Parts: sequence; structure tokens; C-alpha cells
Amino acid sequence: MNFIPSTEAEKKLLLKEIGIGSVNGLFKDIPQSVLVKELEISKPLTEMQVKDKLTSMSMKNNVCFKSFLGAGSYNHFIPSVVNHIVSRSEFYTAYTPYQPEISQGILQAIFEYQSMICSLTGQDVTNASMYDGASAMAEACIMASSISRKKEIVILKSVHPDYLKVVKTYCDAYSLDVKEVDEVEFSSETAAVVVQSPDFFGRIHDCSKVKEKVGDVLLVWGVVEPTSLFILKEPSLADIVVGEGHSFGNAMNFGGPYLGIMATKDRYKRLLPGRIVGQTVDTDGKTGYILTLQAREQHIRREKACSNICSNEALCALAATVYLSYLGKSGENLGDVCLQKAHYLYSKLLSKGFSPVFDAPFYNEFVVKVDNAKVVLDKLKQKGFILGVLLEKYYPEMKDCVLVCATEMNSKEDIDAMVGSL
Amino acid sequence: MKLIFEKSVAGRKAIEFDTEVPLVNGILDEGMRRTKLGLPEVSEIDVIRHYTALSRRNFCVDNGFYPLGSCTMKYNPKINEDMSRLSGFNMLHPLNLDNQGALQLMHELSSDLCEITGLSAFTLQPAAGAHGELTGLMIIRKYFSGKNRTKIVTPDSSHGTNPASATMCGFTTVTIKSNSHGLVDLEELKANLDPSVAAVMLTIPNTLGLFEKDILEISKIVHDNGSLLYMDGANMNALLGIARPGDMGVDVMHINLHKTFATPHGCGGPGAGPVGVKEFLKDYLPNPGIDLDGGVYGFIDHPKSIGKVRAFYGNFGVMVKAYTYIKSIGGSGLREVTENAVLNANYMKEMLKKDFDLAHDTVCKHEFVLSDTGMPNGVTTNDIAKRLLDYGYHPPTIYFPLIVHGAIMIEPNETESKDTMDEFISVMKKIKQEAVSDPDLVKSAPNTTVVKKLDAVKAAREPVLKFVL
Repeated sequence: MNFIPSTEAEKKLLLKEIGIGSVNGLFKDIPQSVLVKELEISKPLTEMQVKDKLTSMSMKNNVCFKSFLGAGSYNHFIPSVVNHIVSRSEFYTAYTPYQPEISQGILQAIFEYQSMICSLTGQDVTNASMYDGASAMAEACIMASSISRKKEIVILKSVHPDYLKVVKTYCDAYSLDVKEVDEVEFSSETAAVVVQSPDFFGRIHDCSKVKEKVGDVLLVWGVVEPTSLFILKEPSLADIVVGEGHSFGNAMNFGGPYLGIMATKDRYKRLLPGRIVGQTVDTDGKTGYILTLQAREQHIRREKACSNICSNEALCALAATVYLSYLGKSGENLGDVCLQKAHYLYSKLLSKGFSPVFDAPFYNEFVVKVDNAKVVLDKLKQKGFILGVLLEKYYPEMKDCVLVCATEMNSKEDIDAMVGSL
Repeated sequence: MKLIFEKSVAGRKAIEFDTEVPLVNGILDEGMRRTKLGLPEVSEIDVIRHYTALSRRNFCVDNGFYPLGSCTMKYNPKINEDMSRLSGFNMLHPLNLDNQGALQLMHELSSDLCEITGLSAFTLQPAAGAHGELTGLMIIRKYFSGKNRTKIVTPDSSHGTNPASATMCGFTTVTIKSNSHGLVDLEELKANLDPSVAAVMLTIPNTLGLFEKDILEISKIVHDNGSLLYMDGANMNALLGIARPGDMGVDVMHINLHKTFATPHGCGGPGAGPVGVKEFLKDYLPNPGIDLDGGVYGFIDHPKSIGKVRAFYGNFGVMVKAYTYIKSIGGSGLREVTENAVLNANYMKEMLKKDFDLAHDTVCKHEFVLSDTGMPNGVTTNDIAKRLLDYGYHPPTIYFPLIVHGAIMIEPNETESKDTMDEFISVMKKIKQEAVSDPDLVKSAPNTTVVKKLDAVKAAREPVLKFVL
């Protein structure tokens, strides 16, 4: 199926109006030497065939494990209402709301999203979304350099390794120096200090203590598991908060689409990349919503823009908005369930001879050590469990260390069964 | 309409979670806990009614004709949505190693994109077109590392993301004037090429909907200068199965899966902006790449990689939709897409050019650009766009490209029928008549929408960017 409505007779009518005999006449401006004869792409399939093909491909992925994987992608419950709303084609088949009069639906939803994200992060202003948490963190480094006019980014090694790579890639292109450190430090050249909390190992950092230490140096605060914000103190003292928002109502999707969160202080709003929705009035004085502060953006400022970002992750932001509305104050309940289950799992593993690696408080993710970790994980997998991520892959010195996560999706029964099979 | 926060009632809730495990108190010190969670308190029906009501205040492709130039607002087949929601795909954790189906899909999608574009290798990591540009330019930057090639040349008709992406890569942008036919001026191009130029960035067909007929000569001039040719593939819907960028001399390009390959725009995203390169640039692609070795798919690292442009592997859910689309329509369907997209655009151009000034009266590709220069009584492009809202249409792209006065950029797409186009054409003609007989009616539009013209100046001068609890 090619989804083209025109019949042969209709195409002839169109050609007649144009005044040419064949559709080939429309491509005469293309050099003959580059015209394609036939693409080597498979033949068209019927809807039934394509459905069979994709279904069997999807079944080559095993998603039936009882999994305790986290490390930047979290298995959370998605209430039915979320997909019912984002599956409305009024939302998913619309373009960017450049015509506000016929886009009030998404504009108001994004305004609500901005309000929720500001509240969760303790910041004044947020944009309408970035590509993902990692690229948001990288853009925050560039933004911090624009604010401070300095070129050094100090980043803790406990930041998610993928995020670290993305920050380095962006900073390399933008000619910023990235300094990876074990403990917070800075100099007169430092544009920003970047901290993730809970960090890649699950440890919670105290934003106010870090800000006290860095003083006037800009503090970029990364939140990769945003459900932690339901119970942990908001990082209101940070200058820019970035994060991964997929945990808010978006599926794991093998790593994307995800939702980049980016929020900052009011005084930096004109340097914030991405789209921002503002409230205003129409000619009758009626409240309405519109994309605003566009003088920051590429379609107005071209090479002088804050960023090149254009398309974002609006539908993921909508899913997050519906999710956060639905959870409301029950968000605290969810956060506590994750906290309690992770600690229950942690104590069970310790009772089975796993040893603790860090001493810091954690939310729903932690590191434990066990002899022959790879063998232990392989055996668990044969029994239908994925315990976590072997950290040696990222940090050679962390042999036999495993990063483990629990969410509300891991039932007590599954935790007990997994621990029981050790 | 009230905000969801204004519908909040203390004590109302929609969901609860069961702790199940024995409660342990005092895990977190009190000072670590938040004291207030600023989210609304509503019930399930409140949420459904609220967001359903909002959805009804949104225009979309499923609602009607959306001739938004350069955005390729084609119909988004429903099967694509269902396939992306198969649990084997959307429940797959990115670090789950039992991922052969996902890797196979990504590998085959990359191969198909190589065949469609005539390039050697693709990365699927970039999340959007502009992200693809950035990735492509990072590759070019790294390729020329230490060679002091610091400039990007792009025509004045280019998308704003092109120079913005160049800036993020530390390049300076040189903008060259288009010639009187709306195409690259070869002399102007030559005059601006020197050993400091890393790449020339072209959109093909360009934003006027015109094919660069001198592309082979342009490519030669660029390469003779030691520079690379980057193609912004936003308008790839005009070339499927007709001509391949790689064969034209393009070294690096990005594709917008959410335009050409029928994945929906989702009110502005998620999209996907895969980047393709010629063989000599393959080693610079972001990590990880995907390899097929002995019947098993796996991740590989490219030796000279720029690094990573996002966590994990890209907008996989979008890839599933694009792959489903390519498999549905097949190689022959791809060509039919372009033939019909170009046929439709030329038909509309012919039907509208008597009433509206055409920027360039020549055969166009998938889109064409009108101007408001001939409009009577001071009626502007913005007035026409707003009047179209009253008639139930999404307006074309307006005031872009910048080189056409009051540009009206129309892209009908292959998925629209003659009937749909004829209705739109008759409305455009009617608006032209109204501009003559009742200009105030046109200038005061829209009058049928849920809000009228919004005060953009107030929004920017006195920014209200969130609900204050």
C-alpha cells in the first residue's frame, strides 16, 4: 500500500492542467546521469503482511524477563489514560504550534507542562522539551558558557557515562574544555560545575551543599530518574536543572523517544534554548497561549541563536503532563514505593552475601558487589531475571560491581523469587 | 479554558500504588525530603475530560489539509503507530541484550536509507533534523581537524537551523545570495570558496521547491576546493526513487523520518534525523554503530567517532514507524510517493498562479512559493494565513524563505486527492476576491477559532511562562 488516493484518471487530469504528457516531464531539471532506474528495496507488503513481519521481529526481543535494569532508562507503570490521550490524532498528527489560534490544545498543555516542571525542579522557567536528558545536559553546558563567558566545564565522573560522552562531544565541537573530576572543584575559568543526583550509582547529592561550595560558579544539576523529584528536595539552588523525563509516562522504547527536561532561573530565560510557551490575550482580551521569546531561536536569529534546536519531543512532554496530572499528589506515594522496594531489595541482596559498595543514601538504584558477578548474572538470566548492569564495562576498576534498580513495577513476589533463586 | 491546576480539588486522586514490602522509616533524613509537591489533585475523569477538550482545540492532519511547506505533513498511516507500540519494541530496555529484533530493524532501516540516498553508512542516533545537521557538521569538523577549515557556506534561502547548527560546531557561516532563478549562483559560490571553507550546505530541492539543476557542477566546484557537500534532506520527499544525493556528489546528509517517511510530527516532536555519509566518513559516525556478523547483530564502535549526540541509540520508536512505512510501500511505492507529491505541487501551482504572484514560474518539485506582492488593499500573507483558519485549513508556511516577499510556501504532499486540492484552491481564490471586495474581513481574521489573534508582543514583553501555584 502506498497511501496515495489519486487514481490514474485523476493523475491524467492533473497532468493536463499542468500541460505535460507524463510525470517524467516534471523531473527534466535533474541531470539525466543521476536519474535512478529502480531502487533495490523490497516489494510492497499488505497491511497484514507488514504486521506479521514487524510482530515477529518484535518477538526476537525478549521483554519477558523480571528486570532490575535502570541506568538511565526506568521501567515505570504507564496509566492507561496516558496512551489514550497521546494516541488522539489531534495531538500526534499536528505540527509545531506556529499557528496559535488552531493549536491552543498543545500550547495550553505545554504551558501546564512548564508549570509542573518548574514546580518539580524548583526553577523559574523551563522550555517545552529537549531531545533527551543527555543532550539537555550538553546544551546546559553551552548555555552556562554563554552566561559566564568562560570555557571550562567541570563534570563529576559519577554522571551517567552516556551523558558524559554527549557532553564531551558537544563541548568538543563548541570548543569548551571538559574536566572530569571525582569531587567538586572549580577555578576562575570554570563556566559550570555539572552534578547528577541521584548519580549514576544511585547516590543522592545535596544541592544546597554543592551550591554553597561553588558559590558564583554556575551549577548544572542533572536528574536522570525524575520520579526521585516526587520525594526528594527540589534542586532550587541550581542555576540550570536538566533531566531525562521519560519516566513520566513514556515507555522505555529501547532508549527513545525520551524527554529532555531543561529549567533555569528567570534571569537566564533569554539564553534558554528551545521553544517556550507563554500566556497572553487575544484581541477580545481572552486568555490564550503562544510560542514566545522567539528571538532566542534559530528561525529568527539564524547563526546568532541560542541553539539550533527546532523539533523537540512535544508529544513526550504531553505524555508527561497527562501522567503528572494523573498522579498528582500520589507522586509522593510512587516515590516512596520505589524508595522502599529498592531498599528492601538491597537488604535482601546483602543478606545473600552481596557487599555494599557505597555508603551514601540512595533512592531506587544502588551498587552491590558479588564474586564472579558475571556468572551470577548469567545464572539469574537463565531463571528469567536480569539483576542489573555490570559496571566493569564502564569502569574497569569496578569489577564484580552491579548497578541494580527497583521501581513500583518490581513486585515483592518477583524480588523474593529472584533473591530466592540466588 | 481553565488550566488543570485550576480544576484541582484538595484530596481528590486518580491512582494509588501499593508498597507491598515491609515499610522502613527514616531511610531519608527529613532535610532531604521535599515539603510540597505542586501537582494538581484531580480524578481520572477530570484528566480525560481536560485533555480531550484540549485535543479538540488542535488542528491536525487527520482533521484536514495541512499544506505546510518544507514540513511534509503527509498522512501518517495508523499501522505504523500500532507497530511502534508492540510490547517487544516499546517495553524493551536499552540495556537488555536480548535485542536482536531491534538491532535487525535498525540495521535494515540504515541499509534502506543507504539505498534510497546513495550513501554508504547511516547513524540513526540524531533525534531531529537539526540534531542531524549538528551531527553531520561535527563529522565534517572532525574530518578536517587541524586543517583550519572554519567556514560553512549556505545560500540565503536555507533553513535557519543550518547557520545555527554551524555556530554550535564552532563554524562561521557565510551566506551567499541566490540568483534570479532562486538557485545557487555559481559565480557567487566560487567567489566565496577558499581554503577555509569546510562545507557547503544545500537543501535539495531548495526551500523554493526548486531543484539545483547545476548540482553536478556545484559539486565539482565544492570538491575542487577541497570542501565537502552537505545536504539538508528536509525536502527528500521530492527525490525518492528519482535521484540519489550520493550520486549527485553529496558527502553528508540528514533525513527527517518525520517528514519523508510518514512518522507523525507529534505537535513538534519526536522526530528522527538520521545522518548518512560517504564511505570515507564512515569511521566518524557517532557510537555505537550496528553490525551484522555471522548472523548476529551487535554494537560496534567507529574508530574515529565524534562521540555521542544523545544517550542510547536514537528515537527507536520513530524508527519502527519509518521502517513499517518503507516495508508497506516498498521500492516502487517510494517512487510513486515522489511522483505524486511533485505532480500535486505542480498542479496547485498552475491553478493558483493566475491569482497570486509566483516567486518563480517554473516546474517545481514537491512545493512552491507564492508572494503577497500582488495583493490588493494592503492585504498581507499573514492576513491570508489567518483567513484560511476561518475556512478550516492549516495555512502554508509563511514568510519563509526570507528571500521572497511575504512568502507563502505550499506543499500539498502525495497523500492528498484532487478534490482536497481543488477545495483549497477555490478557498484561496475566494480570499483573493475578499481582499478586493472586503479587505477588513480578511484583515480581521480569524473569527471562527477558539481564540482570535493573540498578542505576541505582550507575551514577549511581560512573559508569563507558568501557572503560579
